[in-house]
Amino acid sequence: MIYVRKLVKRFGLKAVLKGLDFQVEEGEFVALLGPNGAGKTTFLRILATLSRPSMGAIQVAGYQLPVQAAAVRRRLGVVSHLPLLYGDLTAEENLQFFARMYDLADSNRRISEVLGMVGLENRRRDLVRTFSRGMQQRLAIGRAVLHDPDVMLFDEPHTGLDQDACTMLDNVLREVAARGRTVVMTSHDLARVGALASRFDVLSRGVIAASIRRDQIEPDQILAFYRQTLEA
Amino acid sequence: METKPRLLNVLDWVSLVLFVIATGMVFFYAPTEAIMGQVQRVFYFHVATAWVGLLGFIAAGLAGIGYLRTNNLKWDNASLAAVEISLIFFAVAIVMGSIWARPSWGTYWTWEPRLTTATVTELIYAAYLLLRQGLEDPERRARFSAVYTILGCISVPITFVSIRLFRTIHPVVIGNADAAAQGGFSMTPAMFQTMMFSVVTFSVIFVALLWHRIRLGNLADKVEQLRLKLAQ
Amino acid sequence: MKPESVVSRTQETSESGPLAGARAFVRATFAVVWKDLAAEMRSRELISAMLVFALLVLFIFNFALELDPKTRSTVTAGVLWVTFTFAGTLGLNRSMAMEKDRGCLDGLLLTPVDRSAIYFGKMIGNLIFMFLVEAIVFPAYTVLYSANLFNLGLVFVVFLGSIGYIAMGTLLSAMAVQTRTRDILLPILLFPLTIPILIAAVKASAGFLAADPLPEILSWINLMVVYDVVFIAAAFMVFDYVVEE
Repeated sequence: MIYVRKLVKRFGLKAVLKGLDFQVEEGEFVALLGPNGAGKTTFLRILATLSRPSMGAIQVAGYQLPVQAAAVRRRLGVVSHLPLLYGDLTAEENLQFFARMYDLADSNRRISEVLGMVGLENRRRDLVRTFSRGMQQRLAIGRAVLHDPDVMLFDEPHTGLDQDACTMLDNVLREVAARGRTVVMTSHDLARVGALASRFDVLSRGVIAASIRRDQIEPDQILAFYRQTLEA
Repeated sequence: METKPRLLNVLDWVSLVLFVIATGMVFFYAPTEAIMGQVQRVFYFHVATAWVGLLGFIAAGLAGIGYLRTNNLKWDNASLAAVEISLIFFAVAIVMGSIWARPSWGTYWTWEPRLTTATVTELIYAAYLLLRQGLEDPERRARFSAVYTILGCISVPITFVSIRLFRTIHPVVIGNADAAAQGGFSMTPAMFQTMMFSVVTFSVIFVALLWHRIRLGNLADKVEQLRLKLAQ
Repeated sequence: MKPESVVSRTQETSESGPLAGARAFVRATFAVVWKDLAAEMRSRELISAMLVFALLVLFIFNFALELDPKTRSTVTAGVLWVTFTFAGTLGLNRSMAMEKDRGCLDGLLLTPVDRSAIYFGKMIGNLIFMFLVEAIVFPAYTVLYSANLFNLGLVFVVFLGSIGYIAMGTLLSAMAVQTRTRDILLPILLFPLTIPILIAAVKASAGFLAADPLPEILSWINLMVVYDVVFIAAAFMVFDYVVEE
């Protein structure tokens, strides 16, 4: 599904990603870990077609990036730590807008379906700026799955959420992943991610320094694995 | 450390020599104009710097297109160099124009096509430099600068035409027989030669300065690169 | 290391033919316009800011300039256009800032629509707001200065001039909003490049107000049309470079 080879991203003269290799099969849920400033967000933005690579080969859902970026977007759903929603519109109107932009048929039914999935059915006519951060994140996920994408990218979605909201978010994430979608999620929260992901990759010094599958490690050892990789 | 290329050395000397000769021609070779007297001698350098400044502006636009096509920052360097030098050339041209204007029109300034367009172009240069100041990311800075110079190159001719729809009192020097009426004058062969020579001289000076400035930019980049390497 | 299972697909289209692409473009453009209008109707931030500012500027001109009946006619066109340009800048800034601040611009860029549709949508939205403000400034001016502004030619000129100004302004505000010096930078970038359309607009407006013969005003109108067409085309071509990273 996602295939990255020798990805380099430079900002001016400084290289943030230095020949990164990365591969995700269909249906995998990869947790991308790494220290601040390692380049996780940069990497995710490139996969999301929001940023161009300086060098390297990237293929997402069968399309080459950056040339076939438009086709990729149809198959991608992205959630970042900013909600990307319009505060002055209602939840329903936000989804209606994106349904139009994605050119979806039978949008009303789909919108109801999505609102139900993220638990915001009874708030559909409320303005988004009255939503708590947790609710905004849930709606953001709703926006991201509206067009039924094959690949989902999450950039630290738990940021700024309290415990209850996090738990709710996890439920939604599980449901999202259960439909066989391919997921890449960056996170700082190792405990949370340990329960969700099927694979853990560590991004350090501009490359993927280590990768390990869930069945190869005990959940309480993930932190040790992570620390070890960074020190190496 | 890169040493100064030999050709550039030669160019510097050639510029200096040409400049001395041109100055000599302006003061000794060209005859004193009947109506305006000695002040008219400003004309030669005024036209030369204005013309070359204009070409520099177009060069900046072309360099901008070059960057957008190749994504090579060296084009951006060239564009910046061209803008900086044209800025100064135009400023010199405007000041010289004012020196001329005072005795012939009784005023230092007037709202007529060429002068106003030149000033607008200076404003565009200034805006360009301010735009660059507000951007950190070198690639974004280069991209926006390129776009702005392209928009500028389209806008300036239209500006000129629009101000020309006003009546003008700027002397139409070339090909105007009735000199006295417009404050212009007809040129003797000696004057024409002096003018052309000045244009050539300033073109050479422009190229030399441009080369120096581009070299400066590239060297600065190299220093930055080395500094980054050291910091790692 | 290339896996065999991943086969490179060429671009697939749900509908075929250029007409489908055009329809998607128009649909996306109007989705963006609708979104801006709906959001503005709720908050009324933009319109109120632009309106208050425009009326303030009109007031200040009353004190700054001698607007007795004789000089008024020559000065009206200029006063109107200065008011419009300054109020317009305000609207342009806020419109783009709204997208940039919540990361909404990324949300727009993630959709599979042509970037130019986003440009057009924002431009039409900005234009509508500017027209609304102008529609209120007209009667305000008429009342404040007892001048008669209800002149069809004038309305036409304001229409053409606003299009050119906003076309350029939307493009440049997309650039300015991504810099550090955001709000101050937009006027600095915008004014030198819009001088031709502003000159033409002022001259044509003054012409219509003074009831000059049409052939004289025509060259100014031609200039405005040329400017509008050229710069909308230019914006179409360069907008991608301004929003992509």
